[in-house]
Amino acid sequence: MLNAEVSMDMSLIPEMKMLNGQSGTPAIKVEARGVDVYYGEKHALKNVSVDIPERSVMSFIGPSGCGKSTFLRCINRMNDTVSSCRVTGRITIDGADIYDPDVDPVELRSRVGMVFQKPNPFPKSIYENVAYGPRIHAKAANKTELDEIVERSLKRASLWPEVKDRLSDSGTSLSGGQQQRLCIARAIAVDPNIILMDEPCSSLDPIATARIEELMEELRDSYTIVIVTHSMQQAARVSQRTAFFHMGSLVEQGETKKIFTNPVDQRTQDYITGRFG
Amino acid sequence: MPHQHIVKSYEAELSQLDAKIGHMGGLAEQILGEAFASLEQRNPQRAELAVASDHTIDQLQLELEEQVITMIARRQPMANDLRQVMAVLKVVGDLERIGDLAKNIGKRAQATASENHPRALVTGLRHMVDLALRQLKDVLDAFATRDAEKALDVWNNDERIDALYNSVFRELLTYMMEDPRNIGLCTHLLFIAKNVERIGDHTTNIAETVTYLAQGAFPHGERPKNDQTSTTMVTQPGIPEAG
Repeated sequence: MLNAEVSMDMSLIPEMKMLNGQSGTPAIKVEARGVDVYYGEKHALKNVSVDIPERSVMSFIGPSGCGKSTFLRCINRMNDTVSSCRVTGRITIDGADIYDPDVDPVELRSRVGMVFQKPNPFPKSIYENVAYGPRIHAKAANKTELDEIVERSLKRASLWPEVKDRLSDSGTSLSGGQQQRLCIARAIAVDPNIILMDEPCSSLDPIATARIEELMEELRDSYTIVIVTHSMQQAARVSQRTAFFHMGSLVEQGETKKIFTNPVDQRTQDYITGRFG
Repeated sequence: MPHQHIVKSYEAELSQLDAKIGHMGGLAEQILGEAFASLEQRNPQRAELAVASDHTIDQLQLELEEQVITMIARRQPMANDLRQVMAVLKVVGDLERIGDLAKNIGKRAQATASENHPRALVTGLRHMVDLALRQLKDVLDAFATRDAEKALDVWNNDERIDALYNSVFRELLTYMMEDPRNIGLCTHLLFIAKNVERIGDHTTNIAETVTYLAQGAFPHGERPKNDQTSTTMVTQPGIPEAG
């Protein structure tokens, strides 16, 4: 159940897609309550509570070092890999606590895919980049099934027409934008329901960026997408909800339309309009 | 008060928008004042300035519209900045219309300068113009200071102009019925009254825009209106009504 104190007005999201065609409040995919993150002595994230509705795009914005990427990395427990990092509070996906000792982080990360700032394909063939995940998670019974997954994933990532005749070429031989879409195909291949994107377009040109944004729009029919971006315009374009982080706190969250036309908090306003905070 | 923009030229462009709106609004007030003074004093020269200044308002409208388009393309304004550029775009349209309507009053003042104006009629119009000028001044102040409360007062006060318009309208009809030789002059005065009433409406449009600019939302509900002239008939004394 939603904690009344931090619940949000979901009636403000008319365009949000509803679970199973139900009207009313969209289903919450990820729910965070009172999340704190420490790197050793440093208190990086302070008491963050947020609801991320399913089958939609939510963007996290804020100045460098505000904690937005740190919070993104809590959602698939990437922070576990940092030895000095300590996470407290509660994060659930579909109601299940992802920090429960019974949860296998590797299995969790197959459900919560991640795309990084710099495209990071494996130094392997295009085919192998996509086939690797399904193979280790035993998602395919045979070669035919694996071929199907690779083709389907590349198609979903809008890369198939460009690579179908060169699947054995190295993933690193592709252009930056193609590499990023390959990474998205790789994330999709293990059939996740959440995709986290950490500044996925910051190293891409405007055309490649537009392709990724178009892809995000298509993907939000099937996935819950959370994107960290430094581009306010990108957040305004692609997301239905936006959260603004500042100095480790979540300052304001709400409908993207509202945040970019009439934010409540002065800090949000100063940040998105490019003023001194 | 909001902080300054990191990019100083952007901050300067935004201030310039406000300054130009102030200039345009000041001109609109001036044209209306001069045009009506010309009518009152039957001094056609006074209206000349009003007729000529309208050109400057049109020029400012074009400049501001172009500046807003350029700013949207180059700066992609957000939040209060976005509301400001959109508000400017709307307000210039209303101010341009106000300028046009005021200029038209000036032209009619020139056309009727040689006629003998019944004092009572001109006094009624003077009240309307005074009220319209005060409303216009208040809404421009509200724009400059982002004062939603003041804008709401303007929005609510327009019905007073409407009420005056109703009585001027009836009075003019009566004059025309009394003596058909009054029809020429009274028709001009009727259009002048209508123009002032329309200026009041554009002023309330600006008030709505100021509310949006200051608060991110337009005023709720139906604006109080009191213009009954569309349904008003005055019967000539002594002649029985048909039917």
